[in-house]
Amino acid sequence: MEVLTEEKIMLECRNLKKAYPTPKGDFVVLEGFNLEVKEKEFVSIIGHSGCGKSTLLTMIAGLNDISKGSVLVSDAPIEGAGPDRAVVFQSPSLFPWMTALENVLIGVKQVFPHATTNQRNEICKYYLSKVGLADSFNKKARDLSQGMKQRVGIARAFALKPKVLLLDEPFGMLDSMTRVELQDVLIDVWSKEKITAIMVTHDVDEAIFLSDRVIMMTSGPYAKVGDVAHIKLERPRERKTVIEHPDFYKYRQHLLTFLDH
Amino acid sequence: MGKAIIASFKWLGFGFLDPLVKLFQGVEPKKNGGLLLKKVIIPILSVLIFLAVCNFFSQYLYNVERERKIENTRATQGEEAALTMQECIDSGDLSCKPNSLPSPGDVWHAAQTLIADHRLISADKEAFKEKTAAINAQREKQGLEAIRYTGRPSFVDQIFTSLETVFAGFLLAAFLAIPAGIVLGLSETLRSSLNWVIQIFKPVSPVVWLLLVSMVVKTILASADMDKSFVISFISVGLCSMWATLVNTSVGVSSVDKDYLNVSRVLRLGVMSNVFKVILPSSVPLIFTGLRITLSVAWMVLIAIELLAQSPGLGSFVWEEFQNGANDSNAKIIVAMFVIGGIGFALDRIMMLVQKAVSFESKA
Repeated sequence: MEVLTEEKIMLECRNLKKAYPTPKGDFVVLEGFNLEVKEKEFVSIIGHSGCGKSTLLTMIAGLNDISKGSVLVSDAPIEGAGPDRAVVFQSPSLFPWMTALENVLIGVKQVFPHATTNQRNEICKYYLSKVGLADSFNKKARDLSQGMKQRVGIARAFALKPKVLLLDEPFGMLDSMTRVELQDVLIDVWSKEKITAIMVTHDVDEAIFLSDRVIMMTSGPYAKVGDVAHIKLERPRERKTVIEHPDFYKYRQHLLTFLDH
Repeated sequence: MGKAIIASFKWLGFGFLDPLVKLFQGVEPKKNGGLLLKKVIIPILSVLIFLAVCNFFSQYLYNVERERKIENTRATQGEEAALTMQECIDSGDLSCKPNSLPSPGDVWHAAQTLIADHRLISADKEAFKEKTAAINAQREKQGLEAIRYTGRPSFVDQIFTSLETVFAGFLLAAFLAIPAGIVLGLSETLRSSLNWVIQIFKPVSPVVWLLLVSMVVKTILASADMDKSFVISFISVGLCSMWATLVNTSVGVSSVDKDYLNVSRVLRLGVMSNVFKVILPSSVPLIFTGLRITLSVAWMVLIAIELLAQSPGLGSFVWEEFQNGANDSNAKIIVAMFVIGGIGFALDRIMMLVQKAVSFESKA
């Protein structure tokens, strides 16, 4: 019945382990973690603070060493960080001395080394317009508001045309109004690009609204997958119809019950 | 209009004048009046009090010196000579003026003398130029060196010589310290292996640097036809002052925000673009803080180095005046002191403006 099952696996975590050595022996954040993410699937990972979900994401990104196990993208093990796994960081992490355009451009240059300057500019402008910054190309990143910075962060990630998009609590630092706005922006851009995405969050509504599947992680140490919810709401989604959908509360209940433990 | 004035005052570091502008416009007279009192009137009063205290103290020292002079004369040459001496001193005759701390008035007078002296020498130079113009043109044709003015430099000339030296030293420091700081900042190993060099050389006194530099320069430039004392002093200034920039640059480079480095890793930026597009721009504020300290240290040690190296400039001016012992020498030394302080302050302000301009931090 599910169409998705026929599609190929884009990202796979095999028996992942993360341990930090301490004088009293290893502190194991995460052990025996398995995950398969299909192409064009949007997966959210939800769990309590400190359960190791951000650690997991940075390991997939290649920014954090893997203690044991492996991460495969298109069946090939990852080697360090790379633009095939674009990251939207929690703090936008823009270079404040560059303009919005330059911040996107610096990545695009790496990914499309043979494109002309004009083509690169067009790519950047396209994505910046998509996230609603059509009239802020040349504003310095330091002069942008937090919400606008994260818009640039989203544009920068999509402009890399990554195989996998990694979102590390992308809206965690925003106020609730801006968060809702940016969720709409994200789902808008994502619907067009359908890039395989993994998002870490602790916002239940956000997870349901954006994902095809929500992975619930048990609290660490020794965190692993506790439960999985398949969100079968039709796409493209709109906030209003999602909230009014009878299943929405069912999913919500499911997630909240898990998190209550 | 008023806002523009205030903004430009603030930019220049004269923010303390904005209550005055606002008062003229009649904005919040009570609050701005209070601010004016605090930021302008009280500082001015403090200057006046400072001058009064100086005046009083110099008066006191003068009297002590006067009494001693008279007593000495009495002891060695008898009562009559002592009376003559007293008369001579009280008449204000320069030949028997007691040598003590000059009063603010004396200093003001000496400053005017120095300016007048500068005008005189400038005029003399002009005249010399005119006189030798024809001959120099001829000599140039014959491939000979032009005849140069070799008269005594004026006080203002000395200031410019000092500025040149400090500028050369500052550039040297920047050229040595910034690249070295970047390399040190990038490599943990280098940083820890060279830490002792920095820790040992940083506190070395300018005098020792001067001697060290002259040992080397003396040999290297033994036959070269150039102004060795200038070379020695600017290199010493550079070496003395570069440490602040070196340390700040390496700290700036080694403490780049981890988020930026993560972005750089995800984008797989090459080493060069990583250094020039991420690490350097993000350490610019700290580098400029270092340069600002370097410049003020350079200016401070310059005077001591010039004094010792006998290279022309404010330092040797002070030394010569001290050796000279003319009746207004002390006052001239104090004029030089204020000029040195004022220029140091101005240089610091300029660096502060540059620092503000290059800083990427949000102005909010």
